[in-house]
Amino acid sequence: MHLRTLAVALAAAGLLSANAQAQTEIQWWHSMTGALGDKLNEIASGFNASQKDYKVVPVYRGSYPESMTAAIAAFRAGSAPHILQVFEVGTATMMAAKGAVKPVYQMMKEAGEPFDPRNYLPAVSGYYSDSEGNLLSLPFNSSTPVFYVNKDAYRKAGLDADQPPKTWKEFAAAAGKLKASGHGCVYSTGWPAWVHVENFSAWHNLPIGTRENGIAGVDAEFKVNSPAHVKHVEMLADFVKKGWFTYSGRRNEAEARFFSGECAMLTSSSGAQANIRRNAKFDFSVNFLPYHDEIKSAPQNSIIGGATLWVMSGKKPAEYKGVTKFFSYLSSTGVQADWSKSTGYVPITNAAFEAIRKEGYYQKVPGADIAVRQLNYKPPTPNSKGLRFGNYVQGREVIEEEMEAVFAGSKDAKAAMDDAVRRGNEILRRFEAANKS
Amino acid sequence: MEKRVVFRSAWLPYALLAPQIAVTLVFFFWPAAQAGWYSFQLQDAFGLRTEFVGLSNFAALFRDANYLHSFKVTALFSALVAVSGIAIALLLAVMADRVVRGALAYKTLLIWPYAVAPAVAGVLWAFLFAPSVGIVTYALRQAGYDWNWVLRGEQAMLLVVIASAWKQVSYNFLFFLAGLQSIPRSLIEAAAIDGAGPARRFWTVVFPLLSPTTFFLLVVNVVYAFFDTFGVIDATTQGGPAGSTQILVYKVYYDGVKAADLGGSSAQSVVLMLIVIALTVVQFRFVERKVQY
Repeated sequence: MHLRTLAVALAAAGLLSANAQAQTEIQWWHSMTGALGDKLNEIASGFNASQKDYKVVPVYRGSYPESMTAAIAAFRAGSAPHILQVFEVGTATMMAAKGAVKPVYQMMKEAGEPFDPRNYLPAVSGYYSDSEGNLLSLPFNSSTPVFYVNKDAYRKAGLDADQPPKTWKEFAAAAGKLKASGHGCVYSTGWPAWVHVENFSAWHNLPIGTRENGIAGVDAEFKVNSPAHVKHVEMLADFVKKGWFTYSGRRNEAEARFFSGECAMLTSSSGAQANIRRNAKFDFSVNFLPYHDEIKSAPQNSIIGGATLWVMSGKKPAEYKGVTKFFSYLSSTGVQADWSKSTGYVPITNAAFEAIRKEGYYQKVPGADIAVRQLNYKPPTPNSKGLRFGNYVQGREVIEEEMEAVFAGSKDAKAAMDDAVRRGNEILRRFEAANKS
Repeated sequence: MEKRVVFRSAWLPYALLAPQIAVTLVFFFWPAAQAGWYSFQLQDAFGLRTEFVGLSNFAALFRDANYLHSFKVTALFSALVAVSGIAIALLLAVMADRVVRGALAYKTLLIWPYAVAPAVAGVLWAFLFAPSVGIVTYALRQAGYDWNWVLRGEQAMLLVVIASAWKQVSYNFLFFLAGLQSIPRSLIEAAAIDGAGPARRFWTVVFPLLSPTTFFLLVVNVVYAFFDTFGVIDATTQGGPAGSTQILVYKVYYDGVKAADLGGSSAQSVVLMLIVIALTVVQFRFVERKVQY
């Protein structure tokens, strides 16, 4: 009896696996957790249900650096996934690995899939294209830093809640009043280097580094010790001293302090909106990042963060065909619009943005369009289309370390930013040496 | 009469040793040799291009003021973890040894924290001391103290030392307790009859007799602070703020695993290996002489 059940089960399993083998399996390694991970799985099953030939298998492989490390190890062992989600600071590393990745534009061309990079938002695609404008990886989840204000706290401090600060001068005035009204934490920020160095530069049309922020070549050098940068960091350090700025760490720790009501103002990813909407028990607004009005080139446009999908090399043509089909599905207007609305990431194609706008979503959820509008504020310049520095995982950490030293009062802003440039350039030279062609 | 087991067979002792030697070779010597080899190379992340660069990885390391700073951080951190871990454990062991009623319960509870993984211990302490929601932070704020270890280096150091030493206290406690119980009662009683008070008895009789245990724990704790604490640091400060808790082993992990800089990371692990070898030699040659067995 038992034996017979077992035999039937085995036969069934055999049938199933035979069925599965008829489909080409595509491995997709990603780093999305919680609600984002659920949504990602939904996209994959949507694609799997839409056709019979291919099966996309999403696998969660830890945080961005972890899954990238895992993929590198897998590549070295000859078992890399087909699709790998890589965060924006890993772009230079992936691009330099010419034998390890398959550029998206090339894969699309080989597969004969209709594909026009101009369909993508320029602020997004510019970040991931080579200097000839060829798209190398497929934009997936992109966000940009925005400025959140607790309107209830503003009212309590006697400020006009409908006139949030546009410039850092106005910001300082509001901060003083919020502090006087007894607010313990006036302002905090997530992702300090991304917001206060990278996006500060782009928003004021200042270079982060030479060679178009590294996009034009690996011989770039950092430029984050310009007088404007130093002055901005000095201002933040002064805010710390006055009790207007509470430092919360290098990642998104500050977001919880905002939606719990502890901090009255926040600069962090537009992707934090979903969480803030769910948790905040107060009235809040989403705004453009403040700027320095004495810098005439501001405001320009902000730059993105987030991740793209890279295709790994050395797979079979049939598998690339499947990846191609999947990418087309992923970029289709319906899927993109849904992804953007449910996650708070920006829609990556113009068509998806239009579709969301037409259905009146941005009227219904005020502030949801701030990120796209800020990214598109002006056509991107060489200073504001993105950045691409080698080993920028380390480079960004250097900048954050130096900023922390300034905020803690153990270093002055000029010395810290000079050190950031010097140490950052050492890292860039190592990367250049390791990747010279 | 002396009893000795003698192997008649020529190969049997080697066969019995082989598994241990194989494990040592595969898991210790092979990776160490590989790290040594990589430390002379410059590689891109995917290992597509490899170049022999001689000592340039090491030169780059020692040009970096922050790397040199992390030596100081490591020295301070290891000293604090080892000394506080040992001192607290010794105090607790002496106290627990004197307890008559419910001794087993005390002892069991004191040993428990050792079962907690370093990363979990780190997370627990990070929660207690979290800058915005931590309960200890809240208490400190009420007392008028500004606790924010994400910005204040000395507070971050204190946090990682507490989290690292806390679980080591249990381990040390266990050894001290065993050490105390092996001290003959007659010695202590003799000292007591001679009129020595409890403190005097401890310093002149008990502590010298515990010195082999203390020495052993010193070695183990320093090695622990050097290598095993990176889980605690990864779960809490991640080396920050501004590198104030960036100990050597964490930098090896960060540069190698997160930043994919294999050459630089390997060079650091070679340096670390040399330090630990030197430290062990010093401990056994100089400190051990002062130990009475």
